[in-house]
Amino acid sequence: MAFCTPSYYPETTAEGSRHRAAAIAPQGMALDWLALSEEEWTAVRLSLKVASAAMICSLPFGIFIAYVLARGRFWGKSLLNGLVHLPLILPPVVTGFLLLVSFGRRGPIGAFLYEWFGISFSFRWTGAALACAIMGFPLMVRSIRLSIEAIDRKLEEAAGTLGASPGWVFVSVTLPLALPGIIAGMILSFAKAMGEFGATITFVSNIPGETQTLSAAIYTFTQVPGGDAGAMRLTLVAIAISFGALLASEALAQMIGRRGRQP
Amino acid sequence: MTLTVEARQHLGGFRLDASFTAEHGVTAVFGRSGSGKTSLMRVIAGLSRPDEGRVVLDGDVLLDTGQNIFVRPYRRRFGYVFQEARLFPHLSVRSNLAYGQWFSRHRSRRDEFDRVVEMLGIAPLLDRQPDALSGGEQQRVAIGRALLSAPRLLLMDEPLAALDEERKAEILPYLERLRDEAGIPIVYVSHSVAEVARLADQVVLMQEGQVAAVGDPGQVLAGRRASALDRREAGSVLSGRVESVDAVNGLATVRLRDLCLLVPDAGLAQGAAVRLHIPERDVIIATTEPVGLSALNILPGTIHAIETDGDGAVLVSLACGGNIIASRITSFSATRLELQVGQAAFAVIKSVALQR
Repeated sequence: MAFCTPSYYPETTAEGSRHRAAAIAPQGMALDWLALSEEEWTAVRLSLKVASAAMICSLPFGIFIAYVLARGRFWGKSLLNGLVHLPLILPPVVTGFLLLVSFGRRGPIGAFLYEWFGISFSFRWTGAALACAIMGFPLMVRSIRLSIEAIDRKLEEAAGTLGASPGWVFVSVTLPLALPGIIAGMILSFAKAMGEFGATITFVSNIPGETQTLSAAIYTFTQVPGGDAGAMRLTLVAIAISFGALLASEALAQMIGRRGRQP
Repeated sequence: MTLTVEARQHLGGFRLDASFTAEHGVTAVFGRSGSGKTSLMRVIAGLSRPDEGRVVLDGDVLLDTGQNIFVRPYRRRFGYVFQEARLFPHLSVRSNLAYGQWFSRHRSRRDEFDRVVEMLGIAPLLDRQPDALSGGEQQRVAIGRALLSAPRLLLMDEPLAALDEERKAEILPYLERLRDEAGIPIVYVSHSVAEVARLADQVVLMQEGQVAAVGDPGQVLAGRRASALDRREAGSVLSGRVESVDAVNGLATVRLRDLCLLVPDAGLAQGAAVRLHIPERDVIIATTEPVGLSALNILPGTIHAIETDGDGAVLVSLACGGNIIASRITSFSATRLELQVGQAAFAVIKSVALQR
């Protein structure tokens, strides 16, 4: 083997690569337990996908509902407010069950969506995203609503006298001024989605590769003998992701604050 | 340009019932705080809808409650300068200025932007954020922003009220330039006689939600409507022209009909039309020509009228060279000097009191 042209014949045998790895990084053996298996990676990737989809897809609805709650004056406003906050108060399992009943393939909404648009939520990652979006929705709406309420409406009035139609006022004044709240709401929604467990597992079950998110995977590990190492690995990943999201939101908030205040 | 305004509105316990017609130039809506000036302005701008009313600009009906016509503010193209500058905190000064320009149908060009920036002296501020500006600078940017939205009419609601005297003095010359150069009709709300005397071509005097008088600044401000004015600010308003400027002594000679007054020049140019506000309480009456006095303006005249003014004060009007100058003195000195209507007398005015 030593006489082969190295560039032409890569060392493909398992034995060879292990020797090589050991030679380069002798301490690698000790940290081996930290390396994620393929299945674990899948759970992490799926979790990120589900949380991102939940955050992005619920954002337009979140901004709309927050605006309506902050500014609207209509009959049934407190009812709408209660409805939005319901997932925060209800046991997640109840929310999951309600989703299953209404958005399942045989549920009224689920059947309609499937027949007309071919969209299916049951036992798919999209269902997990829906459950996460609904669980994070109250947090998102609350944060955006507060920042819209804090906007000085005199500025919007001034924009109107300068010729901006209500739509343009919203885009050019209201949204930028509410941006810190919108970003905070997005981070909260994302964090909630990363940690969401009860509603998701009730609605779309715990199917590896399709609906088994990080939290579900950790739970599964704790249910099998010798799964502690796997649970710990995923726990560290969860901590890293949450911490990263937190730092990112801090950095964004600071950036916006600086833009708003300093020359 | 003709702006016709009629508005009747109940606001809690306050009743607004005002109508006036504004012609070209600067129309000052003048009155005490709480006399309904701002409510009237908001009706003109379309920011509030009165119970009954009409707003018509040159035949363009913007509001007519009788015919159920209401044009939304953003379609009126009326620039509005608020008491507080209301600059957008998330935009730079440049973007604030360009904001209205973006929405104006007649997109004003680059040179229009430069012209307004130059006129208001805000070129060094363009790349700053609004909260890094002083109050006076902010207000100048707000005026520029309103101007660049290509308004048909400029509404200014006490743009100087929130500023201290120094900042006011800093902005007033810009407002005069605006009046003389921009060619846009302006409705200017104020409770300051000095400001109105200096800027307005026509004055609408508001009192408890109603229009008490409309007319020439000289007439309206000099009239005995002290209840609407701050006593300390009441005075004569006289129009004239700068005859000469003495740069060495910092004085300008202003001709008012057959009368010449020396005033601090404060950037006055020869030949410029000026309006002088002479506060009543700063005018001294003498029966013989005084000598050895620091006051530069000793004006011979005859006593035109003597009115008691309450609080032991008397208001003496002096006819001097075709002008009426009012002086507030105590009734004690009026009696002591035995002032009579038709008697010859001198009005003594310190030049410093005419500081603009």
